[in-house]
Amino acid sequence: MSGNKVLGLSGNEAVAYAIKQANVDVIAAYPITPQTIIVERLSEYVNNGELNAAFIPVESEHSAISTCVGASLTGARVFTATSSQGLALMHEILHIAASLRAPIVMAIANRALSAPINIHCDHSDIMNARDTGWIIMFAENVQEAYDLVLQAFKIAESHEVLLPVAVNLDGFILSHSLEGVNVLDDDEVSKFLPKRQPIYPVDFEKPVTYGPLALPDYFFEIKRQQAEAMEGAKPVIERVGIEYGKLSNREYKPIKAFGMEDAEVAVVALGSSVGTLRAVARRFRKKGRKIGVLGLTLFRPFPREELIKYLEGVKVLIILDRAISYGSSGGPLYLEIAGVLYRSGLRPIVLNVIYGLGGRDLRPSDVEAIYEEGFKCAERGRAERELLWVGVRE
Amino acid sequence: MIEIRWHGRGGQGVVTASYLLARAVLSEGKYAQHFPEFGPERRGAPVVSYTRIDEEPIEIHSGIYEPDIVVVIDPTLLFNVETVLRGLKKGGSIVVNSPSPKQELMDEAGRREAKVYYVDAYRIAMDVFKRALYNTPMLGALIKASGLVKLDSALKAVRERFGGEVAERNVEAIKRAFEEVKLA
Repeated sequence: MSGNKVLGLSGNEAVAYAIKQANVDVIAAYPITPQTIIVERLSEYVNNGELNAAFIPVESEHSAISTCVGASLTGARVFTATSSQGLALMHEILHIAASLRAPIVMAIANRALSAPINIHCDHSDIMNARDTGWIIMFAENVQEAYDLVLQAFKIAESHEVLLPVAVNLDGFILSHSLEGVNVLDDDEVSKFLPKRQPIYPVDFEKPVTYGPLALPDYFFEIKRQQAEAMEGAKPVIERVGIEYGKLSNREYKPIKAFGMEDAEVAVVALGSSVGTLRAVARRFRKKGRKIGVLGLTLFRPFPREELIKYLEGVKVLIILDRAISYGSSGGPLYLEIAGVLYRSGLRPIVLNVIYGLGGRDLRPSDVEAIYEEGFKCAERGRAERELLWVGVRE
Repeated sequence: MIEIRWHGRGGQGVVTASYLLARAVLSEGKYAQHFPEFGPERRGAPVVSYTRIDEEPIEIHSGIYEPDIVVVIDPTLLFNVETVLRGLKKGGSIVVNSPSPKQELMDEAGRREAKVYYVDAYRIAMDVFKRALYNTPMLGALIKASGLVKLDSALKAVRERFGGEVAERNVEAIKRAFEEVKLA
């Protein structure tokens, strides 16, 4: 058991450090704020010989992810990182990476999409890519960014999965924050992540074809298998979280729960806001207010059954979205959970909060107001407004 | 939890000061969080950086609105006392770069029951660096004023960050400010 070595690292540095320890073979990336420091550090590691990888600078994110797909098909361990417009430019290849069952790990320092141009955090970039077939995970702090990146390789390269994994860390809020990170020893990481064992690597001696035409006779079956692969990833993700826990003393589950044993009002969110929500919830709990916090580490595949387990007995469920689904009845996380709730038969009062777009801070005072609104709804037995915009000037 | 806000101008190493403090705290086995406030990077424009320190893991990831301590690295920012003291907790501390704090600052600090610490970081910087580099002297002043970390932890953080001659100059600047800072 390790866990005594604490380094002061920013989110970006922590990701780069994990990638170095994961001993990746190929990195292809294009710089974009606020992710740039990840690949900057990696280029230094490669340049000074600390990491023996092919670092392929490319002319765009489209090329970066295309390079990653090719490299992954040869059997290499592959990494890239991006943000915002960079992820949007990758979009068509994101689908191809998942469909070709190419394990790739990508860190996304989440940033708003233009226009207006903005460099700060929201989740519009990853939500725009949520149906591309990638496994999607969210870090709450710098430690989790480090831990999830290591787990991501284990998940992606598992023969039961073979899907690309995106690890999200909130732009600036985590990418540029320095926190203490418990790092594993290099040899512990090597044991946790032995060299990738590809099943059908591109091999000139044994030629295979990747990505040929599939017309109505076969396309549908391939997509059905892809959907199945995503569901099949769930037990692997859970297993890897437990195995990582044994190694690091930090076990990972798809959902982190606080105060859910007896919560009347529960709040659910993604990313760095989860910590802020929990910090405020602790203050409420001290006053005997029954609030609970659910932080989703896993967004795709969506942890449906796990979520429902926590929601029995919850009177009001508040869903926080750091993105908009224009013209729909709520944000992407709201839509996801509304569907899950409907099937479960549970009918809590549901509030959807849209917050934090373009880096607008979620203040503790905002969180208090959100919780108070939740308790008011619990008392009244109904919600006056189901969609709340928090922190915006109206 | 102790929350600190640093004020300075782009190019003065405001972010580095906050970063070094966080590294020093971490080296003592405590928890720290350091984060800059990012805008367009403009040399000379007012910039802010933040540090959180706690004995417990730090969960919160919002900005700091009610700091326990404010450090003013750039003396010209004291022309706007309101801005630099915004949200300072009652009974908090302010550490300023000044040979003698102005009456306006003392009055405003008095209303907030805040302690004012001052050090002539300009003099120290000109003696040590021959340039107006205030960030590490102000770190030294903060450490003495607050007792948040040991002097040695800060010096270690500086040596890890810079190395060589640059590190030693900064070590000297920190030590001098540590000795010279006064409570007004």
